[in-house]
Amino acid sequence: MFTKKNLILIAFLIISFSSITKVYSIEPDIFIQSTVNRAAKTLGGNLTKDERVKKLKEIAIDTVDIRGIGFYSLGSYRKNLNKEEIESYQNVFTEYFLKSFSSRLAEYSNPEIDVISKKKINENYTIVLSILVATDVRPEVKIEWRVYTKDPNNLLIRDLIIEGLSLARTQKEEFSSIISSNDGDINMLIKSLENFIAK
Amino acid sequence: MKNILITFLISLLLVSSASADTDGQNSLSKKNPSKVKDCFEPLNRATFSLNQGLDKVIFKPVAKSYRSLPSPIRTGTSNALINISSLITIPNNILQGEFKTAGVNTGRFAINTTLGIIGIFDVAEKMGFSEYEKEDYGQTLGKWGVGPGCYIVLPVLGPSTIRDTFGSFVNVLGGDPYYNASTHGNNEYLSDSVYLKTKVISGVDFRAKNLESIDNLKKNSIDFYASVRSLYLQDRQQKIKNSSPTIEIMYEGDWEEVQPQ
Repeated sequence: MFTKKNLILIAFLIISFSSITKVYSIEPDIFIQSTVNRAAKTLGGNLTKDERVKKLKEIAIDTVDIRGIGFYSLGSYRKNLNKEEIESYQNVFTEYFLKSFSSRLAEYSNPEIDVISKKKINENYTIVLSILVATDVRPEVKIEWRVYTKDPNNLLIRDLIIEGLSLARTQKEEFSSIISSNDGDINMLIKSLENFIAK
Repeated sequence: MKNILITFLISLLLVSSASADTDGQNSLSKKNPSKVKDCFEPLNRATFSLNQGLDKVIFKPVAKSYRSLPSPIRTGTSNALINISSLITIPNNILQGEFKTAGVNTGRFAINTTLGIIGIFDVAEKMGFSEYEKEDYGQTLGKWGVGPGCYIVLPVLGPSTIRDTFGSFVNVLGGDPYYNASTHGNNEYLSDSVYLKTKVISGVDFRAKNLESIDNLKKNSIDFYASVRSLYLQDRQQKIKNSSPTIEIMYEGDWEEVQPQ
């Protein structure tokens, strides 16, 4: 089997790999600052609206846990769904989310966001606090980012909390309202999402 | 009859000052925030539609015009309105046991009213006073443990709860020194109509500050009514808990449901 020399070599490689992984894992605040810088570059550049939207969608796919938010938004209703229904919902939700996300951001030009601090809540989540700098027509806005840190090498955004108001929670309650007013039928939610996408 | 009408209108406007820039949910439970019931949802949705119509033809155009005023005028107006609001905030600080904050806010009010010329200039901020947080009687009731009751949408004024509406009535029952001075005080500067105008301008100022964000929310919502309700209740809950700026723990239980992807 393994000689002593090989075992030492394997151990060395494992230790080296874990060290490298550690070196390349990124802190949540740096992750957010780099993400907002990417978005600001897109919004501040000389791109057409369609190009902006395309770039913003790419940023969202790279940095946001869209599936996680999709599950969260369904709340307890997701427990009643089978695999096919969940898959069908997640596909529509992803399209909806990307359209909604890019549409919300595409109208801002040159937003200046400064990351101020971070606070680790638990092993899975860190909240990063940032400030959207005031302009002539808009006061300063506090934005907090809920970063999912379970995998330090693949940080993902799960929520934006604007002046204390959670967008994910708002979406969850919006979805819940639609489902409950249609006797718990998730297909009505999917239909609403499809209508939004088609707009 | 005129007085009754004015009192009714003023009461409604007072509700707006509590609801226009706030929101709410009752539960103070960290792990399991219970929901505020929307007991009158069909009626609320109808009122919401009416308000949307009024917003489209009246409030939004007025807010847009207001936005076109020079920035120093808007800032001065906003500062003066905030200064007046501290007359409600200070007694509520005391009722909530926040004596130190009450002292700070009293100092801020005195400085801004005098050196800041009726609050047009926020001199206190430049002197290093801490950030101002509005308080109202609805928040105080919430802090005392009174539940929000049902969610309601008021004509013209928008989202509220039974508790917050009741809290707003305290203003006209002697809880707002500015209202008392306007309606009962014998002076040549204040009157019912001045008070009413102040509240209208306050609403316009709020709408002007939120033109884009409300448009954006409307455009990207699949159920705008439910979105507004959620935001209102979240904001109200946050204000009652005085938990700004980080909500970290409030919704932790919700997220624990979501398994790692």
